[in-house]
Amino acid sequence: MTTATAEPHQVDLREPAGWRRTKNRIMTSLMVLSIILVLIPLGFVLVTVIAKGASSISWSFLTGGPIPSIVAPAGVGGIGPAVLGTIEITALATAIAVPLGVLGAIYLNEYGGKSWLAAIIGFMSDVMTGVPSIIMGLFIFSIWVVHRGLAGLSGFAGALALACLMLPIVIRSSYEILRLVPNALREGSYALGASKARVTVTVVLPAAIGGIVSGSLLAVARAAGETAPLLFCIGAATAANPNVFSGADTALSAQIFANANQPYVGAQDRGWGAALTLIAICFILMIVARIVTARFARYSR
Amino acid sequence: MEPSEQNAVTDFESVPESATRQNVALPAPAAITDAGQAAESSPRTGTHIFDVNGVSIYYGSFRAVTNVSLNIYEHQITAFIGPSGCGKTTVLRTLNRMNDLVPGARVEGDVRYRGEALYAKEVSPIAVRRRIGMVFQKPNPFPKSIYDNVAYGPRINGIRGKAELNEIVERSLRQAALWDEVKNRLGNSGLSLSGGQAQRLCIARTLAVEPDVVLMDEPASALDPIATGAIEDLMKEIKDKYTIVIVTHNMQQATRVSDRTAFFSVLVNPQSDTRTGTLVEYAPTDRLFGDPQDDRTKAYVTGRMG
Repeated sequence: MTTATAEPHQVDLREPAGWRRTKNRIMTSLMVLSIILVLIPLGFVLVTVIAKGASSISWSFLTGGPIPSIVAPAGVGGIGPAVLGTIEITALATAIAVPLGVLGAIYLNEYGGKSWLAAIIGFMSDVMTGVPSIIMGLFIFSIWVVHRGLAGLSGFAGALALACLMLPIVIRSSYEILRLVPNALREGSYALGASKARVTVTVVLPAAIGGIVSGSLLAVARAAGETAPLLFCIGAATAANPNVFSGADTALSAQIFANANQPYVGAQDRGWGAALTLIAICFILMIVARIVTARFARYSR
Repeated sequence: MEPSEQNAVTDFESVPESATRQNVALPAPAAITDAGQAAESSPRTGTHIFDVNGVSIYYGSFRAVTNVSLNIYEHQITAFIGPSGCGKTTVLRTLNRMNDLVPGARVEGDVRYRGEALYAKEVSPIAVRRRIGMVFQKPNPFPKSIYDNVAYGPRINGIRGKAELNEIVERSLRQAALWDEVKNRLGNSGLSLSGGQAQRLCIARTLAVEPDVVLMDEPASALDPIATGAIEDLMKEIKDKYTIVIVTHNMQQATRVSDRTAFFSVLVNPQSDTRTGTLVEYAPTDRLFGDPQDDRTKAYVTGRMG
């Protein structure tokens, strides 16, 4: 290098100075800045929840019960019923919404084409995305819960409401991923004499599975944290309800809502603890899904 | 030898399964001779695989190809050449009903495969494509392992036996001159292969279902000369078992591999500013290049028109 500086440069290969270079630097800094700005609130939320919630977390808090009255001091009882309820209700909602949503997206992209039915379904699903979650709760409350009397309030009713929320997200995200599957893959399969169903199941879905799982997970995470629709539909149980189809249930989000805005220190602590638990559950879910997806998408690179 | 007979055995989707099988057993009709192809100077005169008569192809209201008539012979390599936009790929995709997948595509005229009307109402495109395979311009391996790529076709035809699949995979990869390069990594992704290898994988995938006809749409256009040479050698090797139709932009390739060549050209309609492809000349390859009858052919093969 030292000898090179002695000789004059034949050509100048350095990035040219001037406006273009400045512009490049400005845009790069702006992008870094926006990332930092986005991460700051996320960081604050995490730090706050961990700082305030970590002290409540213990095995008996996570699994114990019943959920104590709001006036009870910290350390009494546990939120086990709510953890169980959240897992049950979200799993049930996922079991309803993900198959329906993925099948719907397959219809829209692979079968519907430009038909009027596909256009209507696509439009309705987009409209559904914009429906506030509390309306979904009200909807399930009015068509399901009120008709079944006391047994109407149940984890299942909550799952129905969450499924309504998840459905348009799953449809939209799966649809966008299916659209990205190159047509060349479909043609390759057709050219071997595969039927449309076969092409879809053996080529299109495997190629899209990673994105479909990611999209569905976003929907699951969204549903797990929803509070409003559950308030209408699952009631407020304090003890674990093993029957998800009948009788009041409870969930972490409902517990956060019930406890965090109380003046009692014990209730506030339980609220923060429940919040941290909910975040942890979502986080674990994401990691598991990533591992599963990586296994499915082994050949996509 | 009837390799394609085995393929349709467990064909649960397609309706006219037994019908198709009978149809193939029917003798091909006597040669429909057109002017210019009556005199056979070709090395071998065999049965017609395809009889294409007065075919026009539309995309919506746009006529992409008009008035194409040609016969394609068994165990020969037939090349389609011509400038871009002349409809050679469109005609090729008509031969195994791939154009059905394009919304608005429509075929007028008579296309017969071994004497049977390809576009008859009761014909299942699925059954057609099991006999008439296709290799595309861009290699399109599935995002599966190399093994599963090749075994895909046999599997959808109901072959499940591990030993049988192993045998088919090895034989097909050997036929496609890829076996030695991948035999130790059959479990790797098909997408991990280089362009030339991926194209040979796609050829192996097509051969694995033992089709009657292999359609190739510029199979070597993305490949280097060595890979191209490998694929050309491969075509000559397998033409004893298969009938091959190849679209190519490369005239040297047509002269090297093909027995017959069809030259397509573009008709420009200045009023509507539309371009429609049509067949200009179809003859044994040595004659089309050595003694072209049409001025347009002459200009194209001598390089005076691109």
